[in-house]
Amino acid sequence: MGKTVAEKIFDAHHVDCPSGDIHVISLDAVFCHEITTPIAITDLMERGKDRVFDPSKIKAVIDHVTPAKDSKTAMQGKILRDWAIRHGIKDFFDIGRNGVCHAIFPEKGFVRPGFTIIMGDSHTCTHGAFGAFAAGVGTTDLEVGILKGVCAFKKPESIKVNIFNSANNPPNSGNLPKGVYAKDVILSLIGQIGVNGATNKVVEFCGPVVDKMSMDERMTLCNMAVEAGATSGICAPDMVTVEYLWQFIKDEYTSKEAALQSFSKFRPDNDANYFKIIDMDISSLQPQVTFGYKPDQVKPVSQMEGTRIDQVYIGSCTNGRLEDLEIAASILQGKKIADSVRGIVSPATPDIYSKALDKGIIKIFMDAGFCVTNPTCGACLGMSNGVLADGEVCASTTNRNFNGRMGKGGMVHLMSPATAAASAIKGYIANSDIYLL
Amino acid sequence: MKNFNGKVLFLDRSDINTDEIIPAKYLTEISKEALKPYLLEDIVLQGFNQAKDIKGKSVVVTRDNFGCGSSREHAPWAFEVNGINLVIASGFARIFRQNMFNCGMMAVEIDKALLDRIFNLFADKDTAVETDMDKMTFKFIADDLIEIVPFTISEYDFSLVKAGGWVDYADKNY
Ligand code: SF4
Repeated sequence: MGKTVAEKIFDAHHVDCPSGDIHVISLDAVFCHEITTPIAITDLMERGKDRVFDPSKIKAVIDHVTPAKDSKTAMQGKILRDWAIRHGIKDFFDIGRNGVCHAIFPEKGFVRPGFTIIMGDSHTCTHGAFGAFAAGVGTTDLEVGILKGVCAFKKPESIKVNIFNSANNPPNSGNLPKGVYAKDVILSLIGQIGVNGATNKVVEFCGPVVDKMSMDERMTLCNMAVEAGATSGICAPDMVTVEYLWQFIKDEYTSKEAALQSFSKFRPDNDANYFKIIDMDISSLQPQVTFGYKPDQVKPVSQMEGTRIDQVYIGSCTNGRLEDLEIAASILQGKKIADSVRGIVSPATPDIYSKALDKGIIKIFMDAGFCVTNPTCGACLGMSNGVLADGEVCASTTNRNFNGRMGKGGMVHLMSPATAAASAIKGYIANSDIYLL
Repeated sequence: MKNFNGKVLFLDRSDINTDEIIPAKYLTEISKEALKPYLLEDIVLQGFNQAKDIKGKSVVVTRDNFGCGSSREHAPWAFEVNGINLVIASGFARIFRQNMFNCGMMAVEIDKALLDRIFNLFADKDTAVETDMDKMTFKFIADDLIEIVPFTISEYDFSLVKAGGWVDYADKNY
């Protein structure tokens, strides 16, 4: 019987099988941020175990609240910073060099096909876009990861999601319908299978549409796999993966083909066994938007058109990357956002910010009336930089519309950067199609 | 081992997420104890009264996909510091469930039909649970109404409960 990507990765990292279906696997990377790591550090210190398994495999960033907004968040940053220095963790990104964890770690080349990665953050599944097994964990698992470089999982079954567009000409050339983006695809999938539809499973994305997607788009897909309960999203490694990573791996391989050949051992077998296979024809997919407090409550934008909004937020680990800003800017170019709307854009990393400056994208946002923040999670989880007041509504490119997520009593509608930009101009939820050529 | 007995708090809804259990704005706290007053602050549940309903409760009985969303272990901790070490549901989000056992607490899945029966019989009553870890049963008690519910947890989860969590277990074994 053939194997899925996750099964191949598990087999390559086997450490122990303490009982039944529990597998302890070795970790290639442990990612850390300042919200969930400090308690793990403090606990290790209290236990007299202030050690790290391998400082070169630990990557840390201050991203959720940065710059610190008060004494408590300053202390969280300080605990992480002091720890990184104490243990010689070189890949530590502090203010000025910091960005949203799931955007900055791939950008720095810290993810490889076949890697096992944990982080005290549920959207760690984002890194599966590179053909890695990447899972969010709690503080205790993180603590053990830091100390021992291992983590225990049930060996996950996989759900294969085959994404294609039957209306393409030539057939199955993998193009998205006009105005539809990776965000719409994943929102639609979550709407279809529900917030519980992939619990304890890995979602393996494949098919012509995925093959054609850029790494930015694949990261958007995998990022939201956890909103269907998945342990990790995964896109099998291909030439797109190699091209993205090439600057980091060119000394390790004689050619891109050689790298691809090596990564191919983490592609799924044709006869792999899946828990379920979902064929997703996106030929008639329209832009999607959420309407309730759960990410599976989605509707086509056309059915939500006209919904009043107070704020538009473009950013986060889901949609704060360069391509996202480019798409939004292409719609905002030469236009102003509605007087009644506050626009906030947060480029996810300094590199994205800097490239967006070079390309004139930041100027477009500013001319349109957006506030541009430094790279941070900020408003996404309602901790800083754009918290909603009771009763306010935000059109957001983030990944969670939970009650109170962006501020107590606030309502969040999740959507693509294109829909968010069009909505900013109109002052209500609006389809981007009128602005697209 | 922690205490798994006591009065029941019924949360009659599926998909209760960790933002509802403990909102992100409290994640800046560095002690677990500081989370105590904020448990379930943002829950969307008709008739729920945070100030009154949590007090004196030791067990939560809820529906499906409990603890979805954020990975924050602050969610189990917020229960723990309120004296709640046991959550019974028909399903859990993976990270929440693992976090519970990693802390030596229990997140126990029981069959949906059985859970429906428990809700029907007990949800409107002053109910207590007695957990028997040898026989692996929960005894639901309200006035003269008694219902015994068998449960299973894996040997591995049980070893975490006995060890009081995953850190010592892992440090000893790996
Ligand atoms: S951007 Fe939002 S979802 Fe992503 S890591 Fe930050 S807080 Fe979490």
